[in-house]
Amino acid sequence: MPFACIFVPDFPAEAILRVEPELRSQAVAVLEGKPPLQKVFAVNEKARRVGIEAGMTKIQLEPWTDLTLRPRSPLQETAAHAALLDCAQSFSPRVEDTAPDTVILDLAGLESLFGSLPKIARGIARRTSDLGLEASVATAFNPDTARFAARGFSGVTVVPEGKEAERLGNLPLDVLFPELTSAHPSEETVRLLETFDMWGVRNFRALCALPEVALSERLGQHGIRLQQLARGAISRTLVPVDPPQVFEEAMELEYPLVLLEPLAFLLAHMLDQLCARLAARALAAQELRLQLNLDSSFQLSDELNCHPEHDARSPQNLNCHPERSEGPMHFAGSTTMHGAASTKAAEGNASPRNAHFTRTLELPVPMLDPKVFLKLLQLDLKSHPPGAPILKVHLSATPAQPRTTQGGLFLPPTPEPEKLELTLARIAGMVGEEKVGSLELLDSHRSDAFRMQRFIPTEPEGQKEKSDSFVSQAPITALRMFRPSLRATVSLRDGKPAHLVCNKRKEIHGDIVWIAGPWRTSGDWWEQDGWARDEWDIATQVVSRQSSVISKSFSGKTSLALYRLVHDLLSGHWFVEGSYD
Amino acid sequence: MASPLFQLEGQVIPDFPEPKSFPLLKHLTQKNPLAGITAASRLEIRPAPEMASSGVSKMDALTGGLPRGCLTEICGPDSSGRTSLLLAALAAATQREEICTLIDASDAFDPHSAAAAGVNLERLLWVRCGSHARSSPFARQRNHASSLAEWERHRMEDPVEQALRATDLLLQSNGFGMVAIDLAGVSLKMARRIPLTTWFRFRRAVENTPTALLVIGTQPCAESCATLALKLSRPSPVVSRQEILSSPFSVLSNPSARDNNECCPSDDSFTGRNPSHAELLTGIEICAEVLRSRSERKPMQSVSTFATKTAWTA
Repeated sequence: MPFACIFVPDFPAEAILRVEPELRSQAVAVLEGKPPLQKVFAVNEKARRVGIEAGMTKIQLEPWTDLTLRPRSPLQETAAHAALLDCAQSFSPRVEDTAPDTVILDLAGLESLFGSLPKIARGIARRTSDLGLEASVATAFNPDTARFAARGFSGVTVVPEGKEAERLGNLPLDVLFPELTSAHPSEETVRLLETFDMWGVRNFRALCALPEVALSERLGQHGIRLQQLARGAISRTLVPVDPPQVFEEAMELEYPLVLLEPLAFLLAHMLDQLCARLAARALAAQELRLQLNLDSSFQLSDELNCHPEHDARSPQNLNCHPERSEGPMHFAGSTTMHGAASTKAAEGNASPRNAHFTRTLELPVPMLDPKVFLKLLQLDLKSHPPGAPILKVHLSATPAQPRTTQGGLFLPPTPEPEKLELTLARIAGMVGEEKVGSLELLDSHRSDAFRMQRFIPTEPEGQKEKSDSFVSQAPITALRMFRPSLRATVSLRDGKPAHLVCNKRKEIHGDIVWIAGPWRTSGDWWEQDGWARDEWDIATQVVSRQSSVISKSFSGKTSLALYRLVHDLLSGHWFVEGSYD
Repeated sequence: MASPLFQLEGQVIPDFPEPKSFPLLKHLTQKNPLAGITAASRLEIRPAPEMASSGVSKMDALTGGLPRGCLTEICGPDSSGRTSLLLAALAAATQREEICTLIDASDAFDPHSAAAAGVNLERLLWVRCGSHARSSPFARQRNHASSLAEWERHRMEDPVEQALRATDLLLQSNGFGMVAIDLAGVSLKMARRIPLTTWFRFRRAVENTPTALLVIGTQPCAESCATLALKLSRPSPVVSRQEILSSPFSVLSNPSARDNNECCPSDDSFTGRNPSHAELLTGIEICAEVLRSRSERKPMQSVSTFATKTAWTA
């Protein structure tokens, strides 16, 4: 039964390089510990070549001026490990979470799907690279041999069945003990390696050549097991895991970020990774949640909120990176959120300097386009700026099954959901979120009883016979609303409106030539915002002074205009609510 | 030995390589310079646009419906039935399961009228233009545009500008069965400021698409960009109270009057012989005139009259 192992060397460094791929050409060292007692925890290959090793102190690193130092980031390591599992899950459902940097997957039965073992191994390596991780991939006919081959050989390795001892023979004995890469290897392991070193046993082949009885006499069953592992003669049952479908990416910033533009670059990279992980699991995103940790010590005054030109504050005051503070930040908004998204202050053991800023993008249909996501987030952040420098970015996606649609030749076209969502976001940025969407009528007799809701077009059902019959002889008379209603001065005669003057619209004035009503309505009297009013349908004569380019027929003509006049019984005021058109 | 510059008798001309551009020059000189130009008489006739029902049978009989992929303009004064016609068209389109959008420059759309007209509100995207609620207080504080950015921001708060930009975005999205722009509540001065290039751009955007672009306003402003232009008015303008008998709207009077003449309004309603609560607005008489139509079929008549009905009489 074939197995494959994915191993990411220098995992802590690789997790950082995954988020900052521009550092791949540089020597990078990952530090761990509290200042000033920081020590090198992991290095990448370039740093290793210039002589940097794990365990060096920060002071010892001072001679290397071109070395990039990064603190260890558990968040990024968790995300990288999740990406590794996603990659393995995209090939096989039976995946063993062996170690943070190692994943073993069962390849039984996959040859008919993906081709031969070398082809599968290359495919795994390619997909791992797409997820931003440079990994070694090895296939073998038992899990441990695949693991040793992945740890010992870089790139793609295929170990044929029955040739395990031959292929693994040149590997150093360190490979046999994965716990050596941890910060604190066990004393027994160290003592065992010293013993083998004293015996002159330094690779797998030498260990395999030792007589079994003599080895058993000196090291016991543990020694025999090590020898069988080195020969590739021992197999075990894989312990598969079902990783939770958690798609999160996080990034801790070295300096507070004060501009939205560099944030967009970070978001673009994180979204690429997120979408690659979702695609690897054949999923799409139904909801995106962006959480920013803000520097709450940075307080904006009302004056700064109202005057963006005052935001050209110096980088020194912000304690930000000089390269990231060329221009003013979009601080026009406050930290109070509108709509579905909300902000909340840091709680628990969070730093008192930090506050959370959360935005949630609920997508109408599952999508998987990082460019669309980035544009939506940009538009959203432009409308709702964070309001303070950003310390940490956390992006998560709620997975959903991808949208499956079957278009019909005879169905009316509908806008593409991705395009429509972008368009709606742009329009919402222009007119306001609450002013675009579809509407829902409320179960009330109150005037203008409706609420705006998100526009999610439903798929057509092809009810052809219903549509053909919808032609009427007389359309419904429409009412055009004045929002807000126009205050009017009304003269009464015999208790009925006789003359109307509306100061806000000069054309609405004059004698009322026809009147119908009143139609008395009231409601919500059991609430604080109860209402009671009389409605009148009135007609007034208007003289049109407008001239037309094409037709002069409107000029100077007297015509009738129909309005709905409302008398608010609670306040006693008169309003023109709308016109019939 | 150098090559001879001219041929002498009895000498053999060396084999010069032919310039590469020679065949091209030869081809160009032999070609008729007017070969690529189609004569005006042979121009392909533009196919007639597909027509969609306007939702009103008399309007369909008059114009053949609303042309898809074209701009249709409906203009008229207040209470001339523009919005009623717009709602009828939206109702017909949404009943055809098309996605429609209404760009409301004056935020005058009445959802209850639309529901009564049969508009499927789930298929209607409503864009309410006007001042941005979030930026309004700020706008009040800073009345004077002191910089280009301020000027741009003030410009973006203009409802007409918002409506035009929203239309641009929505037309680029494609997939809409009908895009309606309501400029009826916009002052004539503001409507006139819309450059003609904007209407040309809109017309180009909807060309060869199944989208019907519908604009309603007080006066025609799309000019020649409109494939179909309609003017709505009332059959006979009223100039005095005495002429209200020929009123442009229908009313129901008290039961006895209704039995005699159902659609006849009563002048006495105001004088008090008939109480006002016995009156009821039942609809508006609308006279539609075709100002411009580029459809292939010449209409038999360019004027048609029909009536609307109020929701409570339906």
